[in-house]
Order: sequence, then C-alpha cells, then structure tokens
Amino acid sequence: MGILEVKNVSKRFGGLKALDNVNLSIQENTVHAIIGPNGAGKSTLLNCFVGKLIPDTGSVMFDGHSLLGVTPYKINQLGVSRVFQTPEIFAELTVLENVMIPCFAHRDGSFRMHAFETVDAEVEIREKAEAMLHDVNMLDKKNEHAGSLSRGDKRRLEMAMCLAQDPKLLLLDEPTAGMARADTNNTIELLKDIKKKRDITMVIIEHDMHVVFSLAERITVLAQGTPLVEDVPEKIKGHPKVQEAYLGGH
Amino acid sequence: MQLFGLSKKDTLFLLIVIFLTLATPILLQPFAEGSGLAQFNAGYPDLMQRFAIYGIFAIGFNILFGLTGYLSFGHAAFLGVGSYSAVWMFKLLTMNVIPGIILAVIVSGLFALLIGWISLRRSGIYFSILTLAFAQMSYNLAYSVLTPLTNGETGLQIRLTDPRLLDGANTTGSLPTTNLFGLAMNDSIRLEFFGRLFTFNVGYYFSAVMAIIVFYIALRIFRSPFGLMLRAVKTNQTRLNYTGVNTRPYTLAAFVISGMYAGLAGGLLAAMDPLAGAERMQWTASGEVVLMTILGGAGTMMGPVLGAGFIKYFENIFSKINDNVLHNWFGALPDGLENFLVDLVHPFVGKGWHLTLGMLFVLVVMFLPGGLVEGGQRIAALFRRKRKPDGSGPKHQPKQAPHVAE
Amino acid sequence: MDAIILQILNGLDKGSAYALIALGLTLIFGTLGVVNFAHGAIFMLGAFTAVTLDRLLNMSFVTIDPTRTNFLGQPLEVKTPYIVSWFGDSIGNGIIDWAVPLSILFSIPIMLFIGYAMERGIIKHFYHRPHADQILVTFGLAIVLQEIVKAFFGANPIPTPAPAAFRGSFDFGVWLGFPANAIIYPYWRMIYFLFSAIVISGVFAFLRFTTFGMVVRAGMADRETVGLLGIDIDKRFTIMFGIAAAVAGLAGVMYAPINSPNYHMGMDFLVLSFVVVVVGGMGSLPGAVLAGFLLGVLESFASMNEIKSILPGIDQIIIYLIAIIILLTRPRGLMGRKGVMED
Repeated sequence: MGILEVKNVSKRFGGLKALDNVNLSIQENTVHAIIGPNGAGKSTLLNCFVGKLIPDTGSVMFDGHSLLGVTPYKINQLGVSRVFQTPEIFAELTVLENVMIPCFAHRDGSFRMHAFETVDAEVEIREKAEAMLHDVNMLDKKNEHAGSLSRGDKRRLEMAMCLAQDPKLLLLDEPTAGMARADTNNTIELLKDIKKKRDITMVIIEHDMHVVFSLAERITVLAQGTPLVEDVPEKIKGHPKVQEAYLGGH
Repeated sequence: MQLFGLSKKDTLFLLIVIFLTLATPILLQPFAEGSGLAQFNAGYPDLMQRFAIYGIFAIGFNILFGLTGYLSFGHAAFLGVGSYSAVWMFKLLTMNVIPGIILAVIVSGLFALLIGWISLRRSGIYFSILTLAFAQMSYNLAYSVLTPLTNGETGLQIRLTDPRLLDGANTTGSLPTTNLFGLAMNDSIRLEFFGRLFTFNVGYYFSAVMAIIVFYIALRIFRSPFGLMLRAVKTNQTRLNYTGVNTRPYTLAAFVISGMYAGLAGGLLAAMDPLAGAERMQWTASGEVVLMTILGGAGTMMGPVLGAGFIKYFENIFSKINDNVLHNWFGALPDGLENFLVDLVHPFVGKGWHLTLGMLFVLVVMFLPGGLVEGGQRIAALFRRKRKPDGSGPKHQPKQAPHVAE
Repeated sequence: MDAIILQILNGLDKGSAYALIALGLTLIFGTLGVVNFAHGAIFMLGAFTAVTLDRLLNMSFVTIDPTRTNFLGQPLEVKTPYIVSWFGDSIGNGIIDWAVPLSILFSIPIMLFIGYAMERGIIKHFYHRPHADQILVTFGLAIVLQEIVKAFFGANPIPTPAPAAFRGSFDFGVWLGFPANAIIYPYWRMIYFLFSAIVISGVFAFLRFTTFGMVVRAGMADRETVGLLGIDIDKRFTIMFGIAAAVAGLAGVMYAPINSPNYHMGMDFLVLSFVVVVVGGMGSLPGAVLAGFLLGVLESFASMNEIKSILPGIDQIIIYLIAIIILLTRPRGLMGRKGVMED
C-alpha cells in the first residue's frame, strides 16, 4: 500500500479526455517522477492531488484519507506540500517572514486568532525558520525582500517554506522550468540533499530528463492521459513504449 | 524600556503618539489669538474630536485594507449603525456614553460579521462591489422602511420624553447632555497664556483616550502572527492556501475588527453630538475613509491617522477661506494680478475644497502610492543620503516593505 | 396586463441609461482591463454638455422696448437670443428648442476628446497596477470632474427641456389595442429608449463588422497574441476608451430632459451601473446590455404599490439584492466568462 494511491481516475474537459483511467501507487520515502509529452495530463493529475480539480471518476487516497473535494489548505494540513512551476512566495514580505508563516501554520493549524502575541516573541518559530533557511543556504538573505530575489533563490525559498511544514509528501511541478543550467544543477543537489536528510516522499513532474534521471527512483510515463509504463529509471531509458510516446506520432 | 508587550521601538512610538494626542489642544494652537494666522489654528473641541474619531475610523479601515488588501467600499454602514445604536442607548437607558459606545461596538461588530461572512466569499473588485451594495442597501433602508428605527430623513435625535430608564424621569427643562458619569462631553476648560487660548474639552479627551487604546490594539495586531497572516493574504493567497492556512476566518476577523472600529467611531460621533442620520452611511462617506487611509499611507500605523487629520484639518481651513480672505492675502499685489490670483485660487477653496481633495488624491495614487508616510520617508532618505555620501547608496539596501510601520 | 406593460415601459428609460453606461464600463474593462470609477462622471459630463449648449444658444443681448413698460412703469428690457437675431424668429427659436438633440452632435467630439485625454493622461499609467489602485485613481478623478461641474454650474439641478414637440405624453395603450388612457407614456422616454437601442446596435455593429472592431474583439479575447501579430493594439484601445466615453456622454445628453442634471448624478448612476456590469458578467457586452434593461424593469416593478405593500422597501434595494444573490451563486454573472477578475 503506497502513501498516495490513485485508482481509476478519469477527468474530461468538454470533449477532451485529460485523464483516462489512471492507476498509480506511490511508495513512501521514494522519489517518483511522472514524465510524458506535452498534454499528457501531468498537470491535471497533480491538480487532482491538491484539491484544485475533482476527477470525474476514481479515487485519490493519501495516507488513508480521500483527497477528493477537499480544499487545498486541508490537504496541506494532512501533510502534502506543493512547489509550483513559477515559485509562489510572499513577494512583499521578507525572506524570514516567508518561512515563518508555514512554521506558524504547522504549529497552529489552519486558523488561530493569535492577535495579541508578537511575532518577535516567537523565538522557537524564528529559530526553526532560520534552520530551514540554513538548509537551503539562504540564511544570509533572511532580511531581504522576497520579491527581489533571483529566480533560483525564489525556488530555494519556496522549498524551505514547504520543508518548514515537515510534509510527508512533496509535490514538485516542474521545479527547474525556466532555469539556467547552473540553477538546475543547484536545485538537483538541493533536492538530493533534502532526501538524504529526512524521510520524505517526492512526486516530481518534469520535462527535463537530466533532472528526472538524476533524482527519480521510480518513473511513470504518462501519454494521452494514461500511464504507459512504470519502472525504475534504468529500465525506462531504453523502453520502446517510452521512445514511441516521445518520438512517435503524437 | 518595554511596556505592554511592545518592542523598545514600538513602546517609544506609542509614547510619542500618546504625548502628541494628549497635547493636541496645545500643539494645534500655535498662533496667537487675533493674529492674522489665528485662522490656521485647529485647537477647537469640535475639530479635535473629529481628528480623534476619524482617526479611529481610519485605523480600523487600515486593519482590513492595509493588511489584507481587501478594499471595502461600504465601511460607512458600520459607522452609521454605531451612531444609531449609541443614540438609541441615550434615548432608552442613559445619557452616560459608556453603554451607548459598548452597544455601538457590539451591534456594528455583529453587522460586520453578517456582511463580511457573505462578502468575503468573493475577492478583488467583486468584494468591493458587494460591500458597496450592502452599504447602499443599508442607506436606502434607513431612509425608507427602517424609519421607525432611524427616524428617516430627520435623523434620530434625543427628546425630553425619552424614557432613559437609568437617568430618572426628566420631562421639563432642556435636553440632557451626553456625559461620562456626570462629566458633560461638551464641558471645556479654557486657559489663556502666551496670548493663546487653549481649550481642554472633555469630549476630546474621551475620544483621545479611546483613540490611544485602539491605536495600541492595532499596533499589537500589526506585530502579531495574526497580522503577519493578514499581510500574507494580501501578497499571495494561493501560497497561503497551499500552506495549510484557511484564509477566510483571518479575513473575516479583520473585517469584523475594522467594522467594530467603525462602530466605535460612529458611537463617539453620537456621543459628541447625540444625533444620527442616514447620510453617515452613504457611499461617499465610505469613500472618505478610503481617501484618508490612502492619503496617509495604507498599511502603515501612522498613515491613516495622518490622513484623517490632514483631510479634516484642511476641510476645516479650506472651507473657511472665501474671496475676502483671498483679497486680504494678495492685497499687496497690483490690482490686476490680485484679481487674477483670487480668481485662480477661488475654485479650490471654500466650497471647492473637495476639488482640491480630489486632485490631491489622484496625484497621491499616481505618484506616491505609499501616501504621506512614504513621502516623509523619501524626504528623510534624501537628507540621509546628503549626510553620508559613501558608497552604500539606497540602491543596495533591500526595499523597505511598505507594511512596516514607521 | 396593461399595468405590467406600463411597468416594463417605465423601467425602460432607466434601464437604457444603465445599459449604455454599463456597455461603456464593459468596453473599458474588456479592452483595457481597467475598472473605471469615473465612468459615471462622464455620463454626468454628457448631460452637462446639453446644459451648456442650451445656455450657449440662449445667450442674449438686451434691447429696450419703449412701447411696452414693466410693472414699475419703466420701459421694458427685452432679451433677444443672438440666434434669433441671426436666423430670424422661427428658425432661431426652433434651434433653441432643439438644444438637447443638437447637443448629440456637439457632445460627440467633446466626449471623444475627454475620453482620449483621460486615457492618455492618467489611465494608461495604471494598466499594470492592482485593480484597487485603478479604482482609487478613477474614484479621485470622478470627484475632480464632479467638483469642477459643481464649481461652474452650482449644486442645484438644472432643468433642460426636451423640444416642445416631444414634451407631454401619448396614449401608448391604444396602439396595442388597450382601451384609451390605460397606458400613458411620455414621448421623450420612448425616444430615449429608441435612441439607446440605436446607439447599442451601432456599437455592436461597429465591433462586429469593421476591421477595427474585429481587432478590438480579438484583443479583448487575447491581448498578447494580437500584440504579437504586429498590430498596435494599444492605440486601438485608446480609441475604444474614447468611444466608451462618447457612449456614456450620449446617454447623459439625452437623459437631461428626463431628470434635470445635477453634479452628483454620475455617482448615483455609477454605483448602479457597476452592479449592472457585475450582474451581466464582467467583460460581457451583451450581458451588460441585458442586465441593464433587466434591472431597470425589475426596479420599476418593485416600485409598484401592490409589491411594496407585501415587501416594504423592496424598491430601494432590489438591484443590490439581485446583485448580491448573483455574485454569491453565479459569480461570473448572467453571461460572463469564468474567472474574470476573481483576484
């Protein structure tokens, strides 16, 4: 039984079949990549994991809880964090404040009326946030304005924000999209490092094969809304069906 | 020195605000009685009360708009509800202002809970229009079917025949005055020294103490994790949702708090002058508090207070300037030039004050989105740069977050 | 039956004004992505161009008629409008009488220019600023425009009559086969409705059948792509702003005889027109028109005594109530696309 179980999930947009009877089981503490050509339904599938889309049929179970029709914040409170294609951060706040917010959310739950406490007095929260920033090598920038960071730094910051919640499952939606080679390699190292330090399951959606084969322990190839193959990276590389999906007549 | 759970800097800040508020009757009378500049004095009870009360209104509005970015165009409804509640308390229970103000805050809080609960289902412009629609509905209803509660166009007033259960029957003599345990709100002590007349008014000091209390509460909210969450709502709701935070109760709490501030302001207006009219709820009144907040600097602690003071002061001064005053000013100039200047300035003063205000507002939104506070910071930065011309120009410093109160 | 028709007719003139203002608001929002709180002020300016022309045409010189005396026994001062002295009695007075319809021609270039100046001077700096900023700056602009008008024309409503031929009412019921006096309807309101129908059709035809309109519609759907085709979409959008201003201005010109113009009429209409736009669906032109007429007619029904006796005060709040219900149950409005302006 995997930590994330997807059973018979289908989703249509008008006449278009975006997902067609998808079955997927993601094992705890693995890095699982979902790859596939454009329009294969990767993003649609991810959106079904976070409560943004509700599939027409099928079920998505995380750690024993159904995720269908559950709002994003509740899914997050179950232990699912998400890294976006373009980093979603609090651009008008400082880097440290950015990381303190998930720390508060992790400690206090989805809502708490802490109007008469002071942020400055929350030493534990600040220390935790600083530790997270240290993990992603951003501690020296903690007082900077998040909006003025470079793209690579924004990605690091977002990663620190996700990790601050000690998620069981980290969803990464093309984490290196639009990045220069050096930044991509840094991100790969960062993710490897994270994986080494903690027990965490990662699901990565990615175009860049270099990223996928550097990180993934298992790979699912999606084409036209259906999983073609699922296997370890070595076997995926030379798989005829995969080559057909990428090179063939789609 | 740290007081009331504030940091050193904030304690100092609060103490300065307290000092300025308490010394207002002195500070606002800088010009000698009878001198030509006496007309620019602002130390009248009536005007100072308005500074404090509209300051409260704007501070509350800023908790919603400045922190969460939700632009409400209907906050005057809460001001009006507060006034009506307070006057009803004066009619039914007692002329002591305390019960009236408590009721004003409670009723407007409940009203804000209802309207916020519905309006906050939408964001952006839809939220603005929903709040506007609710406020206009309240305004229209206050004029029509709710006349038994609001006394329609005449406005709700106290009468000799009102029961006033706690005060005891008094059906003869003049109308009673609002008071604080016997201390009449319109009572003043007048002192004259240095050729200046200072008026220390009970109503002003009552409003001022209220203003200081709510300013302190707002300061605590700004510095709290709750305030941090509200600022996060403004900058990125998507991320906040994916961080496990339910934004609705946060925004609703901010909405209700700011509604209660507005209710308090409305209650105080009624406490200073015990009548309430529907025009207090009209959307132009909602627009006024938006103006105050933006003009002063949304999201900062001092901004809304400055904005409220600025608008109320210049409203008072500008409205008093008529053509005679203008001719007086430009009297030394040749006649042709004098008349030309008078004609030029005329549309902007007196009854034309709103024109000046509107233009100022357009200019502020265009060129100084941070309001007066940002303007002050820019000037301060200019001086600082002049003083130390070393390499560390402001370019290298991280941009100051617009929320951080100064 | 006749009562129902009467209420529908009564709602049409206000509905026409709502529809015309909402159409302009939607054009501006759809093309430029700007929420224009100054649009009501443009409507008001339109009404005041009618007032201005009326005054210009009535500009007179004074002559003394020694043959007649006033009540003090002094020779009577007679005011003669210049127009009358130039064109003679019948043509001159005819022109004065037709001041409001003539203002249509007079107002179009003025409103186009005002719209153009507003867009180039202020609005264009706000394309990339948050909607809250757009609301704020246009709100300030609305205050400025309304105060300028107040400074020139005073605070009181200024009666601006329709041509003599269209004053009074006619028996509309007889045309439909009802008994006499069942449905009495003022001429000018009927004209206002027909006029707005023509203007609305004109705008739709312009967008539908001209290349310019086609480009604008494409731009409304996908601004970036159209920009990539090498078409200067911004310039066209500027012109669209002028057209939207002209539409609101025309709505104001023709509304002058129905309600004497005053300086705050723009604000009064603006709030309701925004509600109309939201009900119709932000960004949908047919939605704006449909919702404008719909709400105008509903407002008229709600003010019937039979309905007011069941639901007191309903006439005061019906439009807002409908807007609230629509916003909560169907945020995209009657005909809007999904997700427009949600943030």
